[in-house]
Amino acid sequence: MAGILVFVEQRDGEIRKASQQAVSEAKRQGGAGGAVTAVLPGSGVGGAAAGLGAWGADKVFVADDANLGLYSSEGYAEAVVKAVEQAQPSAVFFAGTAMGRDLAPRVAARLGVGAIADAVGLTLDGENFTARRPVYSGKAFATATTAGKTPQVISLRPNVFAAEELGGAGEVVALDGLALSIRGVVKELAAAAGGELDVAEADVIVSGGRGIKGPENFALIKELADAVGGAVGASRAAVDAGWIEHSHQVGQTGKVVSPSLYIACGISGAIQHLAGMSSSKVIVAINKDPDAPIFKIADYGVVGDLFDVIPPMVEAIKAL
Amino acid sequence: MNCIVCVASVPDTASVIKVGGDGKGIDGTGIKWIVSPHDEYALEAALQITEDKGGEVTVVTYGPDSAEAALRDCLARGAHQAVHVLGGEKTLGDSFTIATVLAGAIKDREYDLVLCGIMGVGTDCGQVGQMLAELLDIPHVANVTELEIGDGVLAAGREVEGGKEKVESPTPALIACQKGLNEPRYAALKGIMAAKRKPVDKVEVASLGVDEGADPFYEVVQLELPPAKAAGTIIQGEDDAAAAAAELVKLLRDEAKAI
Repeated sequence: MAGILVFVEQRDGEIRKASQQAVSEAKRQGGAGGAVTAVLPGSGVGGAAAGLGAWGADKVFVADDANLGLYSSEGYAEAVVKAVEQAQPSAVFFAGTAMGRDLAPRVAARLGVGAIADAVGLTLDGENFTARRPVYSGKAFATATTAGKTPQVISLRPNVFAAEELGGAGEVVALDGLALSIRGVVKELAAAAGGELDVAEADVIVSGGRGIKGPENFALIKELADAVGGAVGASRAAVDAGWIEHSHQVGQTGKVVSPSLYIACGISGAIQHLAGMSSSKVIVAINKDPDAPIFKIADYGVVGDLFDVIPPMVEAIKAL
Repeated sequence: MNCIVCVASVPDTASVIKVGGDGKGIDGTGIKWIVSPHDEYALEAALQITEDKGGEVTVVTYGPDSAEAALRDCLARGAHQAVHVLGGEKTLGDSFTIATVLAGAIKDREYDLVLCGIMGVGTDCGQVGQMLAELLDIPHVANVTELEIGDGVLAAGREVEGGKEKVESPTPALIACQKGLNEPRYAALKGIMAAKRKPVDKVEVASLGVDEGADPFYEVVQLELPPAKAAGTIIQGEDDAAAAAAELVKLLRDEAKAI
């Protein structure tokens, strides 16, 4: 057994960015001494499959079936397990998206192995990966192995590993012989109102907390987010007050994020919130209270009233 | 409609984490143990379903003696029965072994739904539910924020990036719940008193055919705290907010190269 199989996620036939990152990382790791093979389930996704070679796939298995157009944990697991049987990889990578985090453990259990979730660093020793992963919502980091079990099923945190367009061409092969047995069926993928950028995927996040004082002031947060091309996040306090939907919550009981820029506005920085965003590359805090804990982990901070600071900030960014 | 709810006993989310003497686990001194917050949504969903449709809620945990407090908390909130599989010290974060143990404890019981939280806060794997469903050979839906139970079927809304997947599934099924599904109730005094009289079924992990630690699927080699961060640049913006804003934007562009 050698090589890395990468599960590739698509939405409406378009390859997800996090999957490109996972394929590229598999390539950077030299395919763990073998080939980088991708497996792409979907319906009418042959065109998307052809493009995966550019990101580092030597070979692409396409599981094209009308029943695989939308996600199905059971159907997609069948496709990945079938690809594992054919490629005999020593590792199986998943992008740590909602889909990848859901599918990886189902596949692992079907293969009778464990899995490592949410890797942010990978070290290859021979054919065996050791993964670094945040635990206690990023308050600590564990270096973990699969205790010698293979294939090693590992999900990779999005936006941590770079996607690299190398310009190669992968061989596209139809994955035949699927015996789909699907009980739980995704009937519909309902997009969030306004096609908003999700904090889990965003490279820049602007979050509002209790200091924004009311739901109407998320408009100001949104203005700043739009100016920097980011998503709107929120602290638990703002969510629990009913000012914004839970899908925006960053923190221990919300989403744990690692964007390249995180701007916290009116967020004091409860330990649970810090745990959810402390691994962001650049952290900015805007808060009236100079003693707010958020300033302890901020790379840049402005002590001041966010209602006075944000509008000129938006103007200054627009003027760049 | 019988529901089984799997809960984990985890460090309080407000805990300050320190690395223990072995360099692989946390220092448990002063840690308060609670029901993993995500599991509270699973318990609440199960309680509402059985209140509406009849049946019983059985809570199951796999953990050391101290995990009984989590079961008592669930019983106090209204769960009917509790099963405590004793052990778990050597399998922390080993999702597959945990799922194997839970499957062993659940498989011969009568259930229509198995519910759990999306992850145990702390180890943060988020894998046990899906693995358990596979081992029980039932479908699962995770990240659930909407749930409707029909006759032999369920409809669930599952949070994904930028939207929701609407899922239909036959029962029995496993549902991994998260915030947004409901508002978990607190235990009332009456419930707390009643919980003391409810039996907790103790099960030795070895009786489920698992020799803890003998054949792990996940091993932590090292646990470390994140590197300390250097002090940031703090700009005073109380008097001249516009100047502070301009300075911040300049730093973000020229120094941090973040915008």
